[in-house]
Amino acid sequence: MKWFSYSILGFWVLAVIIGYLFRLDPNLIDLNMVLQGPSVQHWFGADDLGRDILARVLSGVKMSVLVALTVTVITMVVGVSVGMLAGFYGGKIDSVLMQITDIFLAFPGILLAIAFAAVLGPGLGNLILALCLTGWVSYARLTRGQTMSLRNRQHVQAAESLGAGVPRLLFRHILPLMASILVVEAAYSLASVMIAEASLSFLGLGIQAPNASWGAMLRDAVRFMLVAPHYVLIVGLCLMSLILAINLGGDYLRDRLDVRRDIP
Amino acid sequence: MFLIKRLTSFFTVIFGVLLLTFLLIHLVPGDPVEVMLGESASSADRDALRTELGLNQPLLQQFGTYLNKLAHGDFGRSIHTKASIAELINTRYPATLKLALLALMIGLFVGIPLGIYSALKAGRWQDILVTVVSVRLSAMPAFWLGPVLMLIFAVWLGWLPVSGMESGASIILPAATLGFGLSAILTRMTRTSLLEVLNDDYIRTARAKGLSERVVILRHALRAALLPIITIVGLQMGSLLAGAVITETIFSWDGIGRLLVESIEKRDYPVTQACVLIVALSYVVVNLFTDLLYKLADPRVRVA
Repeated sequence: MKWFSYSILGFWVLAVIIGYLFRLDPNLIDLNMVLQGPSVQHWFGADDLGRDILARVLSGVKMSVLVALTVTVITMVVGVSVGMLAGFYGGKIDSVLMQITDIFLAFPGILLAIAFAAVLGPGLGNLILALCLTGWVSYARLTRGQTMSLRNRQHVQAAESLGAGVPRLLFRHILPLMASILVVEAAYSLASVMIAEASLSFLGLGIQAPNASWGAMLRDAVRFMLVAPHYVLIVGLCLMSLILAINLGGDYLRDRLDVRRDIP
Repeated sequence: MFLIKRLTSFFTVIFGVLLLTFLLIHLVPGDPVEVMLGESASSADRDALRTELGLNQPLLQQFGTYLNKLAHGDFGRSIHTKASIAELINTRYPATLKLALLALMIGLFVGIPLGIYSALKAGRWQDILVTVVSVRLSAMPAFWLGPVLMLIFAVWLGWLPVSGMESGASIILPAATLGFGLSAILTRMTRTSLLEVLNDDYIRTARAKGLSERVVILRHALRAALLPIITIVGLQMGSLLAGAVITETIFSWDGIGRLLVESIEKRDYPVTQACVLIVALSYVVVNLFTDLLYKLADPRVRVA
């Protein structure tokens, strides 16, 4: 499974590099090719404006990974900070912060992200903002639980009685012990952010034309499904292979780092 | 004691959900009235809408009015059609509920038996096949699985209607789209859960008593193994409701999810607000019932 996951990821990295080398233009319109199936010229066929689907898929994957990485890093920093504060201090701070996360968790799945994206308006920046506003909660929950149990470990109490300050306790003595759990969580959230981004773009709330994004491509592809079934199948398979590879990579990391959620 | 604690958190969360959905409209960059009506609207129209939505009042007072109206079942009116939002939701919500329940049925009736089968054949090719397929399925989001099912069963085979909700069979494809994703998760959960239980002492005892394998699995192991599934199903109801937004859009299913998407496209924010609120509230209520059901179902938790 490990090699399967690596080879798909490697394939995508390679594909993007090759796309650069061959200077595939994702926005080149060729009206003679509209909705044509795969051919020697266009390996993945052409879309409703005669643009090369392969080129658009490759430019879409860059966008998708860029958004996923940005959102994952931001949500992780915010979520971990909130979680560590709540778990370390406990009491009032903890209950207020956890009450807030409870409210965010009351909105199922990507509903809240849809709502935020809807009122903020479409565009890359707003898309990232909407995903960040909703994504930090799971990190906060996870980190809080970890911090609470790690806080009472002997080495932390020893450091505390030796006069270590709160930042030192948190960053030198607590954070490193939950790093592996956070890494695994980040790997999975990379995949879920990608799906969320594609969902929002599919609904027309994400990345806007002419920029390529897998969600927006699927939205177009569904519209032309009857005349050009290759479009929806190819874009969908690409998306699925990448999500699958990231999830399997996450599974591998989890087993390798021996992460079990409940034991810190 | 548990009940009081659970209900307190239930009501705080509901209050928070109300507050957050109320604030949504204030997140609109710039003037929400201008965004909703477009730049060509006359200033009289704008003032009228501003008064109707109460946007010229202090924030706290607006929130009070919002709560007061909601308590009377008044969700306001759609900006474009002037239709009562409460009525819109009344006509759309049952369709979503129907879809979600059928999807849940599909998820349960496909997922749990497959999970049991997979656990009983653990390590053999049948188990590997089921696991591989369910892992792949769970990596297929609705906006990809939906079109594939539509392409195969409606376009190529012509067995089922492509979209809309004219015939009774129209519900099958959207429900399958939602249900398959759920069943994939349930298969994996049931398998893990059953395998864990099968190693327990009381299963060995049951076998040693000479009970038939059938009774051991169905009466002894499964009862304990299915407990965690209750929680999973409750949590997954959330993804069903959220997934309905996309699935309904693909299959032109006139539920609340499609209403939400339509309202976003028309910038009809009061409708958007109401849809988000209703879906979130449904989820909170489902979660409350899941928790209570779990307590009832598990005698070990009941004592504590």
